[in-house]
Amino acid sequence: MDRKRSSLNLFEDIDLNYKATELRLGLPGTDDQPEIKTSLSGNKRSSSEMESSTCTDENESRSASPTKEQVVGWPPVRSYRRNIVQGKKESSEMGSGMYVKVSMDGAPYLRKVDLKMYRSYEELMEGLQKMFKCIIGLYSEREGYNGSQHAPTYEDKDGDWMLVGDVPWEMFITSCKRLRIMKASEARGLDDSL
Amino acid sequence: MDPNQKRAKAVDRVDSVDTGAASSESTRMCPFPDEVLERVLSLIGSHKDRSSVSLVCKDWYNAERWSRRHVFIGNCYSVSPEIVAARFPRIRSVTLKGKPRFSDFNLVPEDWGADVHPWLSVFSTAYPFLEELRLKRMAVSDESLEFLATNFQGFKALSLLSCDGFSTDGLKAIATNCKNLTELDVQENGIDDLGGHWLSCFPESLSSLEILNFASLNSEAPQLMELGTGTFMQELVSGPVTELKNTFSNCKHLVTLSGLWDATPLYLPVIYPACARLTFLNLSYATLRSIELANLLTHSKSLRRLWLLDTVGDKGLEAVGSCCPLLEELRVFPADPFDQEIFLGVTESGFVSVSRGCPKLRYVLYFCRQMTNAAVATIAQNCPDFTHFRLCIMNPGQPDYLTKEPMDEAFGAIVKTCTKLQRLAVSGLLTDRTFEYIGKYAKNLETLSVAFAGSSDLGMEYVLGGCPKLRKLEIRDCPFGNAALLSGLTKYESMRSLWMSACNVTMNGCRELAKEKPRLNVEVMKDEGSDDSQAHKVYVYRTVAGPRRDAPPFVLTL
Repeated sequence: MDRKRSSLNLFEDIDLNYKATELRLGLPGTDDQPEIKTSLSGNKRSSSEMESSTCTDENESRSASPTKEQVVGWPPVRSYRRNIVQGKKESSEMGSGMYVKVSMDGAPYLRKVDLKMYRSYEELMEGLQKMFKCIIGLYSEREGYNGSQHAPTYEDKDGDWMLVGDVPWEMFITSCKRLRIMKASEARGLDDSL
Repeated sequence: MDPNQKRAKAVDRVDSVDTGAASSESTRMCPFPDEVLERVLSLIGSHKDRSSVSLVCKDWYNAERWSRRHVFIGNCYSVSPEIVAARFPRIRSVTLKGKPRFSDFNLVPEDWGADVHPWLSVFSTAYPFLEELRLKRMAVSDESLEFLATNFQGFKALSLLSCDGFSTDGLKAIATNCKNLTELDVQENGIDDLGGHWLSCFPESLSSLEILNFASLNSEAPQLMELGTGTFMQELVSGPVTELKNTFSNCKHLVTLSGLWDATPLYLPVIYPACARLTFLNLSYATLRSIELANLLTHSKSLRRLWLLDTVGDKGLEAVGSCCPLLEELRVFPADPFDQEIFLGVTESGFVSVSRGCPKLRYVLYFCRQMTNAAVATIAQNCPDFTHFRLCIMNPGQPDYLTKEPMDEAFGAIVKTCTKLQRLAVSGLLTDRTFEYIGKYAKNLETLSVAFAGSSDLGMEYVLGGCPKLRKLEIRDCPFGNAALLSGLTKYESMRSLWMSACNVTMNGCRELAKEKPRLNVEVMKDEGSDDSQAHKVYVYRTVAGPRRDAPPFVLTL
């Protein structure tokens, strides 16, 4: 419980400021972009389209983050096909992925991993290390992730940020909502209660 | 023969020929009796050839129209059912296509049109012995399906692709009433799946069914053994794999297989016995990974056509390259097309691997998140026989991810090397140069799809000025304006249709086109609450039927 409380304190003060590390092609200072549905004016394609994400269906409840634009009908995938594959993912447990976002402090892109692809913390760490080209090292009950530059943390079902490795693997994959690879120096705050 | 007479449009001929009256002119050119000519012409299948035949002279025109059994209508508004029935008295099979292709991607509002019912009404009196109906992008209601099922006694084959407006109730009517059904093909439709076990409406004695394809529907757990189709299925598409275990071991003739939504690693081996003879395998609804695919493919060396989801990754495509030397068609669909944060799927490397192992590739549809000019150039070298090349780099306007240059050279390589190219879809960051290449080199190109590309009117002008065989041009979100639109003035009547949306075309430009070319329908779809002088969605097509009489309020015919 102590650990949980300290993790709350840690994150109250820090503005995670993902926007600062978000890679965009728009002009600095431009924020929410209008929906692209009308015709273009002028010959040059405006840079705001370059980052457009896509969401063609109001029923589409997953993903669409509010700052991104919506381009109707792109990519050109028939609604029928889109619904089938989404439906598959949302219905059965078997065979469907468990995607969670992974961010790493200092990296410009968010990534996603499918937790179902791994069977243990070791495998997950290996995967993350390959993805972000970093060294995370192994977790130890006593020392946390001491000895490496990065420490993996996750947000659990209650919205709290925890150090990865706390709980048994099976419990972890069902409660993990997103991952963040922190700089080891910041993560030490999570361990202070020891 | 006056060469000008040969060039006269079919329009003139339709107006001048009497229904049912055989021509007996004093200036008879043809030495054969009509019956002989009809018999000879009945051997000609291709509708393009038949069109040519019909233009030779009046005798041949008549012999051709009496001997034609199948009519292909690529745009349901290019002609009316009455005109078709008047010209061709003995049709047994109709293929009918309706909405513009971009309607598949929600760019066309509902209730736009393409209702099949007026056609069925006319056909019920003109062709009571109609046997086959193939519809694509048509609006089909349950009432229409019931009408079809009860008005055509010998009806045998129904195919519905990317249609909408009906439910399983309509299919029930077909299953219940069509006693001679050999083919029921219902794919990728916007269908209301009301369950209701419509499959069980097939009579128990139905032994004629050869092709049963209902990939649209999740809810049915098919009792295929009860249908009596376990012993002979040419084409089998279904849902849960477990139910099909016995079916597969009995299926001596299976050549195509689709579906397999629940194909988890545990169940896939169930289909291995059937794989050796498979020529078409559709796994585009199955989230397979590379290993599962590789194992499957080692049993499927005869594959000619393969559809996949990009969950198989580049490694899966390497397996395709090593196991499928006879492959002619590959389609790789995105499992997560709208999630930009997933860096999975396939890349240029997977495509290159396939091209190395499958030199006979002619048809590719490939969705990816990164591509390079060099990779596409290599692919073109490896597979010079492409007839259909559809590359979708999913982020609009994305350049070569290594060099940061536009993807012009990629498509340049394709059109220069693949001289048989009939269909091309381009994507990525493209300047007018791409279109210069296309106009100059793509001499056999018939269909071109363009999105988020080009720098100026020149782009579209290059294409309209080159590409002698162009029939369908669909463009969205490009900086092409009135000058570009009007540069095609002399070309549009030789094309089936032009679509332009979110470009720079204005109402005035469209009006001018409509004025100059009265034989074209120039239709503009209005978006509510936006600039009235801009033409947001423009659909131009040649027609002998005049302006649409069933146009909804948001479609303006100029």
